Amino acid sequence: MLRRKNFPKVKLEACKSRLYITRKFHYYVNCLNRSPSGTCGDKMRILTNLMLAAGLAVASLSVTSAVSAAAPQPELAPAPQTELAPAPGTETEAAESAEAEVPAFEHAPAVEGFGMPTGAMGIQDQVSEVGHQARWFHDALLMPIITAISLFVLALLLWIIVRYNRRRNPTPSKTTHNTTLEVIWTLVPVLILVVIAVPSISLLQAQYNLPEGETVTVKITGNQWNWTYEYPDHGDILLVSNMLEEEGEQAEGARFRTDADGPRLLAVDERMVIPAGVNIRFLVTASDVLHSFAVPAFWTKIDAVPGRLNEGWTRVDQEGVYFGQCSELCGVRHGYMPIAVEVVSPERFEQWVLANGGTMPGSEEEAAEEAPAEADTETAEDAEEIAAARSARAAS
Amino acid sequence: MTDTAATPSHFEAAGQDEAHHDADHKPGFFVRWFMSTNHKDIGTLYLIFAIVAGIIGGALSGMMRMELAEPGIQYLAQWAGEEGNAALHFWNVMITAHGLIMVFFMVMPAMIGGFGNWFVPLMIGAPDMAFPRMNNISFWLLVPAFLLLFGSMFVPGGMADGAGVGWTVYAPLSTSGAVGPAVDMAILSLHLAGASSILGAINFITTIFNMRAPGMTLHKMPLFVWSVLVTAFLLLLALPVLAAAITMLLTDRNFGTTFFDAAGGGDPLLYQHLFWFFGHPEVYIMILPGFGMVSQIVATFSKKPVFGYLGMAYAMVAIGVVGFVVWAHHMFTVGLSLNMKLYFTAATMVIAVPTGIKIFSWIATMWGGSVSFKTPMVWSMGFIFMFTVGGVTGVVLANGGFTNYVHDTYYVVAHFHYVLSLGAVFAIFAGWYYWFGKMFGKMYNEFLGQVHFWLFFIGVNVLFFPMHFLGLDGMPRRYPDYVDSQTYWNDIATYGYLIMAVGMLVFFVNMIWSLVAGKKADDNYWGEGATTLEWTLSSPPPYHQFNKLPKVD
Repeated sequence: MLRRKNFPKVKLEACKSRLYITRKFHYYVNCLNRSPSGTCGDKMRILTNLMLAAGLAVASLSVTSAVSAAAPQPELAPAPQTELAPAPGTETEAAESAEAEVPAFEHAPAVEGFGMPTGAMGIQDQVSEVGHQARWFHDALLMPIITAISLFVLALLLWIIVRYNRRRNPTPSKTTHNTTLEVIWTLVPVLILVVIAVPSISLLQAQYNLPEGETVTVKITGNQWNWTYEYPDHGDILLVSNMLEEEGEQAEGARFRTDADGPRLLAVDERMVIPAGVNIRFLVTASDVLHSFAVPAFWTKIDAVPGRLNEGWTRVDQEGVYFGQCSELCGVRHGYMPIAVEVVSPERFEQWVLANGGTMPGSEEEAAEEAPAEADTETAEDAEEIAAARSARAAS
Repeated sequence: MTDTAATPSHFEAAGQDEAHHDADHKPGFFVRWFMSTNHKDIGTLYLIFAIVAGIIGGALSGMMRMELAEPGIQYLAQWAGEEGNAALHFWNVMITAHGLIMVFFMVMPAMIGGFGNWFVPLMIGAPDMAFPRMNNISFWLLVPAFLLLFGSMFVPGGMADGAGVGWTVYAPLSTSGAVGPAVDMAILSLHLAGASSILGAINFITTIFNMRAPGMTLHKMPLFVWSVLVTAFLLLLALPVLAAAITMLLTDRNFGTTFFDAAGGGDPLLYQHLFWFFGHPEVYIMILPGFGMVSQIVATFSKKPVFGYLGMAYAMVAIGVVGFVVWAHHMFTVGLSLNMKLYFTAATMVIAVPTGIKIFSWIATMWGGSVSFKTPMVWSMGFIFMFTVGGVTGVVLANGGFTNYVHDTYYVVAHFHYVLSLGAVFAIFAGWYYWFGKMFGKMYNEFLGQVHFWLFFIGVNVLFFPMHFLGLDGMPRRYPDYVDSQTYWNDIATYGYLIMAVGMLVFFVNMIWSLVAGKKADDNYWGEGATTLEWTLSSPPPYHQFNKLPKVD
């Protein structure tokens, strides 16, 4: 790495954000990314609401009502992941014993035309609920509306060409005003926008609304030019994911791409592996410059910003291999740091975790109760130190 | 905002020492073109500059299309002279240079510097701009700015020569991520171009407020002048923010500050907020003068006054104002809070309303008119349709929840090329053909103009429409290579470029032919539809016009 600081400091000045607790680490999740209210200070809330009100007042009344209905949620529900916090002190044994018992994990082959670009004319097949909702929003609402508007304008222009050309209409009319018409073409677009705004708002809210239930957290770090995936709840599995080169172009001793790995430019040596049917929380940051973690099939795109921890979520029901590409210019090999996510059954996920020397989170009640108390004693400095320690580890 | 400042005596007094009896006296070549204070000459210089920059920027896009014609890397190593990362760096240099050149050195100089300088004084009945010498320096700042940007391609900028940081110059890639003087040169280039535009904006505002002919109230000004006035205010308010942002980049790069470095308490997102606070008004800066030109042209060729004049003027003002409060829709994936995304979604969609008013008012202007489809008119109608297509994808992109998917993909590339390459550029060509005879005294060739339009129209649509599909399929922007399954649409796009390039060839042939052998242009060669003041003058207008100010009822 060329950078002098190869790991971001965790952002602390963000207004009192909820602590996200794992067994060892305390992430200060960027509060901007949390639910609208409840996590931020009052001043900030008032300010954002004011901004919101200003914008929406112009847009429409119904938009405002939809937002205000969603906005006030005084306290966030208690973090579900406390239940997941594993028993402290057992990880080494577990890891060691796992290696002995667990058979090697076999990666699934990529399926041609699934979870990857296909060259088709539309949105990639979606495999998450948010994705389905978003795709419906585009395919069933936005596309018909914009197509109709474009064709309407085209039809008017063609009619002008046919009817009002100089030969057929030698004497121009002198009409320059028509109040009714002007009011109509101001109000009708407003109504169309309101029709668009309502599902648009609910889509946005869905993207921020991590449902309750079992959640697996993956911490994603964008680097020039690969991705690091960490599983803080699963015994600190750390993967470095690099693009696989074509046969004959690979570095000496390195593996080259096969069709089972995925298409050219998309296949990687280490896929992110996540369980199906479970909430997946992505925590995204970067170690050097901006990157963006994007998996089109999940409707996921989260910028990786040095010094910030951005949060997003997905839940995929369909097993398979899904591909994405870095989506923020990050230097010369921007086009060569793809993302591959393998969604497997929870059982196979456990198998994979153990095969990678990780542990599955325990379900002990004590651990769950201990965790919040521990959190309160932690100070900002600690979090920073931990981050620094991890950076050393990541660099090595 | 009074009309009292401009009286004939002011201007007569100024011209007394040299040849005050001869309004058409022109200085010698060097003084005329290199020390020019004449708004028409400066306008011509701007247009020549924009053409040169457009050729370079267009050639860069041709090289990019050539590389993207097939999957894999074919030409980059050859062009960069080196293999591997240096070759890939050259790709980033091309995307950066193409963006900056087209925005700052082609569209803006052509619209504001070129047509603005030429026709704002003529349309308001003024003898020249308010500050002719400042006008001169506005133009001549642009030349070193362009040379700095061009030169940056040949000095170290990280992995190889050139600034490969994108036209947005996002930190930290542009600070700690790009070692070498290339990015510094690009930043200084933007400083100079920005200073040039701010001076130009001051000049236009002063001219329009103080030098209108007696009787020409603000509400009687031609819409092109309105559009330049709104644009000038946008420039004046937006560019200082860009200047601040890129100055902070410079100090972050060279003097150890950490404005955009989280390790020192800064924030990379601060840069993005500042950049787009400038950047969004900037896109309206590029399109508003086009709105103005199209309004004039549509009215002229329909033989009708513009429909809903006041609505048209204030729609532009509304677009300008709202344009300042929607910037973060360029940043929907950076980690904004839900409330911010909701606000920026709603505010952005609001812009569709005044834009819709303009589209429908243009159509209403033609409705019932006696329309002749000369070259400027077909370009304007092409503009209206293409801008509609680019506009509706803008409404799609306004939805933060949807943009999550297409952000930084070719869908965005398609959108902004529809509003710029097919919007702004169509308007520039429309204005060019509309005023060519007025500016140069010779008529363009109508047949070649029509051929140019149809080739260009088909070409850019074949070029950019498939990019919507590529974006929906997930192809990210700024990639030198793509997945093999995306070959088909990339192929089509490359053919589109070739068609467009042939169209441009026709354009240059037409220009050379017209300047050499074109028919002499009458004073008002468009006839009764053309009612603004420039048509009362000869073609080309005298070197100094309106020594006696015209009266407007």
